[in-house]
This record gives sequence, structure tokens and C-alpha cells, in this order.
Amino acid sequence: MIDLYRTMARIRAFELAAEVASQGGVGVLGAKVDERAKVRGPLHLSIGQEAVAAGVCAHLTREDLLTSTHRGHGHTLAKGGDMRRMMAELFGRAGGSNGGKGGSMHIADFSVGMLGANGVVTAGLPIACGAAQALKLQGKPHLVACFFGDGATNRGPFLEALNWAAVYQLPVLFVCEDNRYSATTATAGLSAGPGVAARAAALGVPGETADGNDVEAVHAAAGRLVARIHAGEGPQLLHALTWRVRGHVSVDTQGYRDPQDLQGAIDADPLRRARERALARGATLAQLDAIDAEVRAEIDDAVAFADASPAPDPASAFTDIQTTGAGPWH
Amino acid sequence: MALIRTTYADAAVRALANAMRADPRVVVLGEDVGRGGIFQQYKGLQAAFGPERVIDTPISEATIVGAGVGMALVGMRPVVEMRVVDFALCAMDEIVNQAAKNRYMFGGQGRVPLVMRLPIGFWSNSAAQHSQSLEAWFAHLPGVVVMCPATPQDNYSMLTQALRGEDPVIYMENKELWGLEGDVDESLVATPGRANVLRRGDDLTLVSWSAAVRTASQAADELAALGVRASVIDLGTLWPWDRDTVLADCARTRRLLVVHDAVQAGGFGAEVAATAAQATGCRVGRLGAPRIPVGYATRLETVARVSPSAVVEAAQQLMADAAQATAA
Repeated sequence: MIDLYRTMARIRAFELAAEVASQGGVGVLGAKVDERAKVRGPLHLSIGQEAVAAGVCAHLTREDLLTSTHRGHGHTLAKGGDMRRMMAELFGRAGGSNGGKGGSMHIADFSVGMLGANGVVTAGLPIACGAAQALKLQGKPHLVACFFGDGATNRGPFLEALNWAAVYQLPVLFVCEDNRYSATTATAGLSAGPGVAARAAALGVPGETADGNDVEAVHAAAGRLVARIHAGEGPQLLHALTWRVRGHVSVDTQGYRDPQDLQGAIDADPLRRARERALARGATLAQLDAIDAEVRAEIDDAVAFADASPAPDPASAFTDIQTTGAGPWH
Repeated sequence: MALIRTTYADAAVRALANAMRADPRVVVLGEDVGRGGIFQQYKGLQAAFGPERVIDTPISEATIVGAGVGMALVGMRPVVEMRVVDFALCAMDEIVNQAAKNRYMFGGQGRVPLVMRLPIGFWSNSAAQHSQSLEAWFAHLPGVVVMCPATPQDNYSMLTQALRGEDPVIYMENKELWGLEGDVDESLVATPGRANVLRRGDDLTLVSWSAAVRTASQAADELAALGVRASVIDLGTLWPWDRDTVLADCARTRRLLVVHDAVQAGGFGAEVAATAAQATGCRVGRLGAPRIPVGYATRLETVARVSPSAVVEAAQQLMADAAQATAA
């Protein structure tokens, strides 16, 4: 429980620091970018959803793989991604995990099996299937955790990928991190039928639904599903119901949201619940405070590292495109 | 090495079989591949290598390509089959945003050695959704190599090369060439971005690729009978394309005509022509299809085709314009 709390606290601290650094960083609807903003462009924060990343990734080894969404900082940290290099990536610096080429929406750390966040909804699912198929062909015992949101269940590749994973009995844990919003519109009014778990079951992918704001519940359900995958029972789905606290993207002030619904999301804070649960399970306040202090120091260090890292060399705009046929070609 | 007399489709089968024997990472994913593929371009491969490596898939183009990306990232060398380029449009996100961008946007952490087979060209009387030549769309896309083999030997050599590289390759065979016979030397591997100069003339440079190379060659014969000596260059690889060879020939002949099956407007011929005009100051023209969908009835389909006589006419016009410009 202590470890789950630590993971969640690290994610929360990262998101809050990124949010602070992004103030004024988006030029939208005529607004001018504040030149002092360190983090630019769209920033999708997972504040309020930390329990899903922490509870699922606690079951993954370094060799297991992970695909993520545009809201992927938490998954990356929980998989073991380097916080310093992640923050430097958000800052658009040469020392970033992607050398400043990806930013928040494409955060990735292949060295720990995190195969990338994705700017396109549902795009991670087919990639996760292929990664799992490769693991199976190579005779490796690892699995792929594939995170996606509720909005993704209305795109075609969702059907294709779940069917595919079931047909080939691939070791994929599909995790629907359901924050109830398709960008800025409630998913409930856009989705017919009895929901994602039923859709998955109809495609031969069984699973469980869990309270996504209860890290112990997520952890327990993910543990059972991972065990089934390791037992050769094929792909599984975890439907984790959670709440998005911030807007779809950092500049989204959520004027469309029912105040009661938003207050409910804030009240359901999974980090506070995890803290209370840890105390109830025997952790001491001193232990938790010590974790909080460690996390503060870590995030301060990550921000300082990011800030000290230089901007990318413009020449690097021409590298890592392709081996044959690269170059400016003007 | 002995020459083997075979077809364009079988040349690809041979290239794949040799690659799969040499490299256990090479696998095939696609619809109907177990039965040999709808054009027999996978004939016998599942029997030889098993259903684990020649994988029959659902009709799920997005996931065929997306899974190919995932496999490639985890150390495999997948070949994904789209039947015809027209169907690859169901997988455009996976091709454009995933396969082509992966290496760059993740800062070089991964590689996507993925060969995507997207045949272009006419499929007689198959109408608008089975007869497109969309190579320019992909040449426009940073992150991919684009290959358009014109002969059985090219199909062998270029596919072999594609399977050895570390880039995503848009591999565009031609729907009309599957049965084309020719000699194949299995020891040859293509050099990416190297054009084939099929003949040299002093009056005019004809540049083409894929099935239109035959059109251009036939036109060159007819032009020769009219006293116009034309070079014929098969680009083969559209990206990267062999600028050196093309520009050197244009500098010599001072006249360039690019010929392709694709719609002329916004076609890759415009890129070649503009580059040549800028670099050499030569007179340029391009000839592609009118901007119409391909019709079903033969008489409608024919309107969308570039004929050798149309090439001859365009070439003569180009010669006449050049002569007039010189006189003036």
C-alpha cells in the first residue's frame, strides 16, 4: 500500500508541477503564448486518475510493455519512466526522453517498456496487439498493458483490436480508464449499449470493473486479470471507473461541467483515499510524510534538471526520421 | 547466378521466401495470405513457414498495420498486406501517424522496419475503389520509403532490399503487373533511390515508374520512328528519388516529360518536373490521368488511362514548344 501511495504521489506531483509550468503556454482562440511558459502546447493531466496507473502498473515487470494515451504521464511514471527526462521532454529540451521531439502527448520511455503515449485516440490498441503478438512469437512470458479512455471505445480500432487479441489469444491487459468524458462531452450520451465491459465480452475478452479511485480495488482486480493472462487465458479487460478533475486539456476550464459532478470528482480524490487507506493498514503518518518529502525533493530536482537542459539543436529536426531518404530535400 | 523466368507476383514470393528463410523475424500479416493472397503474391508461403509466420488476419486494416507497428517495435520485421492501396485508406492513421512518425516523435527510441504492400494501378473494370494510384500521397509523407517496382526483377530486388532496411516502406506493386513475365536474378538487391535508365536519347527525357514505364517505353519506340530520340528512366523508388540521374539526363536533353498513371494534378510528376526545371532550366511537362474517378465501363476506364499515343503527343508538343522558345 505504501508503494502504491508513493507512485500516486509521484504522479500527482508531476502533474501539478507540469500544470504550473504550463501557465500561459497555449496560444488558443487568439490568446498569446506567455514567453515565460516552460511547457507549451496541449497538456492533458491525469489528476484524479492516479490510482488506475498505480494499481495496474504495480503488477508489471520491467520487461512487460505498455501503450498509453494522450493522458500518459501517470502510466509512464508508474512503469518506471525517468521523471527528470520526462519533465525535460515537457519543457521541450534536448535532455528530454524524446529529445524534445514529442512533448507531453508523445511521452515515452522505451528503456522501461513504455512504448509511447499517443496523440490519436484508440491508436495504442492495435500497436499493443502487435507488441503482444511479437512477445508470443518470441516465446517470451511478458504481457502488454494497454491503456485507453472511454472515448476510445467508440472508434473502430477498438473493435478490431479486441477481436484481434481474442482471435490470437494475446497477452494483453486492456485497461479502459473511464473518466466519463470524450474530450469535453459526456461519454454517456454518446455511447449506446451496456458499456465497455459488455462490448469486450461480446468480442471474447472477459474482464472486471473496478472503482478506479480506489487503488486497492484497481490493484486487486488487475492482479487477478494479470494472473489469468499468465495462465494462458488470453486478453483481459479492466474497466476502471474514475473521474477527471482537470479539463480535457490544460486550458479547458470545464464550463460545460455540472458543478456537483466536478465537486464529486474532487471529493473522490484517490490520493487522499490512498493515504487514509495506508494509515488504516498500519502505515504511520511519519512514513507518509517522509514519502511526501521525498516526492517533493524528486519533483524539484526534475524541474531543475528540465530547466537546466538546453533547447534542442535545430539540426536534430532532421535526425531520426528515416535511414534511407532522410534530409531536408529542399 | 542463374536467371529464373518467372512472374512479377512470383518474384515477390521468392523474395519473401528467401528473406523468411534467412531471418526468423520476418513475418507476414494480412487477409487471405494463407491461401496465397488474392494475387498469389504469397503462394505457398504458409505451407512453407506455417500459420504462425504467415498469419491470416480478420478484415481489420487499421489493426493489420497497427499490429505491424507494434511487432516491429518489439523486434520483428513484419510485412503487412493491404490487397490494394484503396483499402489501405482504412489504415491511414496507422500508416501516417503511427508507422511513419514513431521513430521521430519518440526521439529515435524505436525503429519500425515494416513493409506495407499497397498495390497501385488499374484493376480492369473494377471501378473507382480498386484502381487508384496514390503514390504521391505517401511520397509526401516524411518517415517512409516509397517503392514502385516495374518488373519481376525489380519486385524481387526491391522487396529484398525493403526487408533488410530499418525504415517503414510503402511498397507499391502494380495490380496490372502481377502476371508480367521476366528474368529474375536472385542474387540482386536493389540500391534504394537508384533509378534504372532503360535507354538513352539526346532529344528528350521520359521519366516514369510502375506500370507507366511500359507506356513510356512504347511511346519512346513510336517517337524513335518519328525521329525523336528519348531517354527512358524508371525511377523505381519514389522516395528517395534519384535526382542525380534524372537531373543529369535533363541537363543533357534539355527536355523532360514525366509520365504516370496517377491523376496528374498534384501528382509526383509535378515534383520531378519542378525540381528539374529549377535545377537545370530544362523545359518540363508531365502527363497523368485527368482528375476523374476511374469508371467501370471499359470506355470510361480508358478515359482515365494514359496511352502511349498520348505520351507521343505530349512529347511532340514539348519539342515544338522548346523549338519555338529557342527561335524566339
